[in-house]
Amino acid sequence: MFEKALKGNNYYWMWLAFLGFFVGIAVICYLRQYFYGLGLTGMSRDVSWGLYISQFTFLVGVAAGGVMLVLPYYIHNYKAFGKITILGEFLAISALLMCLMFIMADLGQPLRGLNVLLHPTPNSMLFWDMCVLWGYLLLNALCGWVILTAERKQVAPPKWIYFFVYISIPFAFSIHTVTAMLYCGLPGRHFWLSAIIAPRFLASAFAAGPALIVIMALILKRVANFDAGKQAIDKMVTIIIYAAIANMFFVGLEFFVGYYSNIPGHYHTLQYLFFGLEHHGHVYNNLVPFMWGFLILFVIGFFLICNPQTRRNNDLWLGIGCASIFLSFWLDKGIGFVLGGFVPTPLEEITEYYPTANELFITIGIWAAGFFILTILYKIAIGVEHEVEA
Amino acid sequence: MDKKRRDFLKVAGISTLAGLGGTAVVDRLVSGTHPSVANASGGHGEEHAAPKEEHAVQEAPKTGKRYGMVIDVKKFQEDPALGERISRACIQAHNIPEFPEKKDEIKWIWMTGYENAFPEKSTLYKDETTEEHQVPVLCNHCDNPPCVRACPTKATFKNKDGIVIMDFHRCIGCRFCMAACPYGMRSFNWRNPRDFITEVNRDFPSRMRGVVEKCNFCAERIGVGQKPACVEACGDTGAMVFGDLNDPESEVRKLLKENYTIQRRPSLGTHPSVFYIV
Repeated sequence: MFEKALKGNNYYWMWLAFLGFFVGIAVICYLRQYFYGLGLTGMSRDVSWGLYISQFTFLVGVAAGGVMLVLPYYIHNYKAFGKITILGEFLAISALLMCLMFIMADLGQPLRGLNVLLHPTPNSMLFWDMCVLWGYLLLNALCGWVILTAERKQVAPPKWIYFFVYISIPFAFSIHTVTAMLYCGLPGRHFWLSAIIAPRFLASAFAAGPALIVIMALILKRVANFDAGKQAIDKMVTIIIYAAIANMFFVGLEFFVGYYSNIPGHYHTLQYLFFGLEHHGHVYNNLVPFMWGFLILFVIGFFLICNPQTRRNNDLWLGIGCASIFLSFWLDKGIGFVLGGFVPTPLEEITEYYPTANELFITIGIWAAGFFILTILYKIAIGVEHEVEA
Repeated sequence: MDKKRRDFLKVAGISTLAGLGGTAVVDRLVSGTHPSVANASGGHGEEHAAPKEEHAVQEAPKTGKRYGMVIDVKKFQEDPALGERISRACIQAHNIPEFPEKKDEIKWIWMTGYENAFPEKSTLYKDETTEEHQVPVLCNHCDNPPCVRACPTKATFKNKDGIVIMDFHRCIGCRFCMAACPYGMRSFNWRNPRDFITEVNRDFPSRMRGVVEKCNFCAERIGVGQKPACVEACGDTGAMVFGDLNDPESEVRKLLKENYTIQRRPSLGTHPSVFYIV
């Protein structure tokens, strides 16, 4: 089916070339980092994880978000999602590939990556994260491919594939749960040490993932003559609304626990993220604009996808609304959550993190590579769709 | 053309496998030769690969050794130069690089404020000693180390004698252990450290970039009957005493019996092996 990705109009190739350009820059930047070391990033012994791991964390959520299509379609037989379930599965594949690229970019000794397999360590959450991420990636690739092939041949998918489809549902939940466990099981990092991290991750994932799928569906309607169907889009927006509310509810609970209990460890990081934390006469606040961006974009996006006028009557407003929610939750989880957790340090000092240009280009390039893969996968899926219709 | 590519892929595949497997084989072959020097490095530490059985995460056996340290903070207040002496001794003993930029910083033992070391012990009106004086901090060699729990490759592990050490050859540089350490005692080689070592100690390996390192309680020295470098640098002051916590007759146990001591963040359940007389 790959031949479908080799035929496209000028816009298709220009889009791929545009993404390829950023991938190319990132390759050069990565080689620089590879030969110099991670010292080319803004990370230090106090903030030992930076943009790479925060993007990884967010993208695990995007990958898990695809299950919000798979679950209603296969468990509840919600037929309207039939046409776009493949979009969710292929989004999961490209998001997971981005995750793996971010992990590799973050390793100090990338060539030793297979040590995780050579010396399997069940007490490490990173080991389990690797297991579930690879498992979910393979499941999505398998299910997506087999079902798409069946659709192309216009036959029912083989029965055995449903076994893997059903397994992929708990796997989707597990990838983000285990990713949350990377953080919430660490003693002494108070901001992360919260049992609500995993549900909060899932809630924001089930908003951000489907939001991206809606945006993709709206774009595909314009550029690829692919209509996901009004009913499917509308149902997805409903899912986004509830998941987004759940996420904000959980964020609110964190605030309550932190500020009402007034235990320094529990509110210091929130203070740093949203208002700036004073320490020895200096106020540290470099993430404050991002966090207020998170709140403002949430309000804007939430209004646009709830208000019937903007939600149902105008694709552009709906798209902007979903993009706002997506960006908002990216700021929350892809910036604030990971970077904030390192403030203050275990020695009660504050080190602020600023990514370097090299690091930013690698990050942008990995995102571009992910969208490059996503474009190709969607091209194949829609090519098959058009072939069947013709 | 096609055939050539196939051949190339075959050779590339086999050599990759050999490369990956090769290191494992070397690890196995040399295991057990130097149990006391379980610190290997990228440079010249091939013979130091850590014994396999020591990678198991387990409680220190009650009958075996559990090395620990008692630090007398008052002695450091009496002699303000002592702090610099011990960190210097450590830097020389372990080829610790000194970078011009703080961002690249690597440190194993250093002096910090009392409230930085013991954040849970803050008071509104501090006495003079608490306000002004510094205490040494180093890896606590926890009995229940979170870093060992987090490491995905067993590159950091607890030795039979209670010392938490690093296998620099196995570390993949994911820095999960740095996030897991609640004391901030781990450092990462953000860049090649070898150009920044001022005095090279040929008896201890240097590291390569991209791996984590930290205090190893001078495992290489106590293995041959010497004291840790920092303890030795204290001379006769008795500011730092090293010994077996499981031996009731040891000097550290005697000090613990006679003095009121505190540990860093005991509420986290890590059971540090470093005690402070304040």
